[in-house]
Amino acid sequence: MHPFKTFEGRVCPLDRTNVDTDQIIPKQFLKRVERKGFGSCLFYNWRFDEKGNKKKDFVLNKPEYAQSSILVARDNFGCGSSREHAPWALQDYGFRVIIAPSFADIFYNNCQKNGILAIRLDSPRVDELIRRGATEALALTVDLEQQKLSAPNFAEHFEIDPYQKEVLLKGLDEIAMTLTYEDEIVAYEKQHEAVVH
Amino acid sequence: MKRRNIIEKIWDQHLIHQEDGKPDLLYIDLHLVHEVTSPQAFEGLRMNHRTVRRPDRTFATVDHNVPTSENRETKDAISKIQIETLQKNCKAFGIELADIYSPHQGIVHVIGPELGLTQPGKTIVCGDSHTSTHGAFGAIAFGIGTSEVEHVLATQTLWQKRPKTMQIKVNGNLGIGVGAKDLILAIIAKYGISVGTGHIVEYTGEAIHNLSMEERMTVCNMSIEAGAKAGLISPDQTTVNYLRGRRFAPKGAAFDQAAQNWLALASDDGAEYDRTLEIDASEIQPQVTWGTNPSMGASINDLVPDPESFDDEEKRQAARKAIAYMDLKPGTPIHAIPIDVVFIGSCTNSRIGDLRQAAEVVRGNHVHEGVRALIVPGSYQTKKQAEAEGLDQIFKEAGFEWREPGCSMCLAMNDDIVPVGKRCASTSNRNFEGRQGTGSRTHLVSPAMAAAAAIQGHFADIREFTAIH
Ligand code: SF4
Repeated sequence: MHPFKTFEGRVCPLDRTNVDTDQIIPKQFLKRVERKGFGSCLFYNWRFDEKGNKKKDFVLNKPEYAQSSILVARDNFGCGSSREHAPWALQDYGFRVIIAPSFADIFYNNCQKNGILAIRLDSPRVDELIRRGATEALALTVDLEQQKLSAPNFAEHFEIDPYQKEVLLKGLDEIAMTLTYEDEIVAYEKQHEAVVH
Repeated sequence: MKRRNIIEKIWDQHLIHQEDGKPDLLYIDLHLVHEVTSPQAFEGLRMNHRTVRRPDRTFATVDHNVPTSENRETKDAISKIQIETLQKNCKAFGIELADIYSPHQGIVHVIGPELGLTQPGKTIVCGDSHTSTHGAFGAIAFGIGTSEVEHVLATQTLWQKRPKTMQIKVNGNLGIGVGAKDLILAIIAKYGISVGTGHIVEYTGEAIHNLSMEERMTVCNMSIEAGAKAGLISPDQTTVNYLRGRRFAPKGAAFDQAAQNWLALASDDGAEYDRTLEIDASEIQPQVTWGTNPSMGASINDLVPDPESFDDEEKRQAARKAIAYMDLKPGTPIHAIPIDVVFIGSCTNSRIGDLRQAAEVVRGNHVHEGVRALIVPGSYQTKKQAEAEGLDQIFKEAGFEWREPGCSMCLAMNDDIVPVGKRCASTSNRNFEGRQGTGSRTHLVSPAMAAAAAIQGHFADIREFTAIH
């Protein structure tokens, strides 16, 4: 996983609540056995009509957001299924940061495992970003070390779990790290073997 | 000693390592695997020259994209690759697989309990959000992403932040014709789809205690639709009775010992929770969802709501979008909504008890003209049991399709798809846009309500329906 330190990108406002993983990546695209190549399927049913033509009024299809890499949406982003294809699709499309007032638990975790920074921000601040993102070319700087977001006339601190921060900053291989606890895992197994099947 | 709830007891029992500034390192007792969320995890193991630490604690099946036709031939080339990839991976890493022709194949959350793999006190994970189903046995069971699947395969552990605990207390008893599905839909309609975020929920109260094991699974299954990490129910004699004699359950004296341990896991009297919600079971009516998330639900005798009646703008906007997508008119009586397709299946409602309830409604009636109705049993074992009881005959004579087990029209990854613009009464758990097929419209209901809708061609109050027919 690539380390995440600071990042600057253009905001894409997705003015919706409860964006579920079935919308982020519809199930017909879950059949691949690789991690790559899901970007073209991102928000498929919102981006394309039944004939496969781009829907002009959907925000991602507007030319001014073609290069955006920071997605800002409303409450409970990523609810629904556990499919990691959702963050894979977001990442493959080009998003590195997702900002919302709240996220569904599994999605939030899945982001971190893939080096995507999911940031929880108060609703009024998210609202401000969505409104400004809709009317101006809003570039946002994200500093994970300092836990700071900044843009012209905008500065905000954000909270993140210290462990998740470390994993992202260092781009840690979590499995390798866990395997350093091998002795404790073995000890646990010895002690509990009798009780479980 | 502090009085503990079952969530705290199981969590503490599975702690391997605890340290300030880090999540807890938890041991995972059982890892269930299916074809859609595992290929990239096995690939990750290979790339890093790692192996599966405990194949004996890992069990796999194919369910999400398997065809439910009688010959079970996968026409779709990419689905086929996914199924074959799981077969190869299970073989290479020594994992038992309930393959497509196995007598144990079925939806992962149906076969785990059926085989007795699911047991009280276990930590259970699967790359699927409805893993919460297994909580019905008094286990901590939750869905994980593919990176975590890889982590569990390699280490049999997970780093997990200790979640908050929530009690949902269901007082009183459910009325006649009102079931577990109505109960959980009513809870979600009342408290919303993110009320459980960051929490594990324990369902308690008289109404919960009186549910069968299968009904408890229906309730716990939809915990994720309330945003919860997991949902569970303290084990009792119903739990013990269900597990006795199952393939992976302990045998003989070991079973009695295990049963004692299981019963001791139940939450202590007076245990505390970070949050407690209550609901009165006797007030719950048969439920039907009208919108595009599971909290957008109503009772059968309600009307499709007017979006302008909601108290905040976000809700009004969401309701407007949902009603437009669902092509409904505010003020229409719910029971007057016509139906094109009926799907009885999914990990929420495809067990033998669900099929019996549906068959009871269907017996002697016929599917309404123009309606396509499918029954997809959750597993081979369920299918065989239903056939032994003659339920398949009742369904077939009434004009239902009787299909092979799998997830099927719950997420429409195989050929079982609701066509564009068509309306489906479904016993599954998600009514998201396009879930059952691009442009499909889903109404979530109980098996009995789905069966009644199949016969009437529109929704019907199951309590009146049973009285008339
Ligand atoms: S039946 Fe539906 S919800 Fe259940 S595991 Fe299968 S796809 Fe997921």
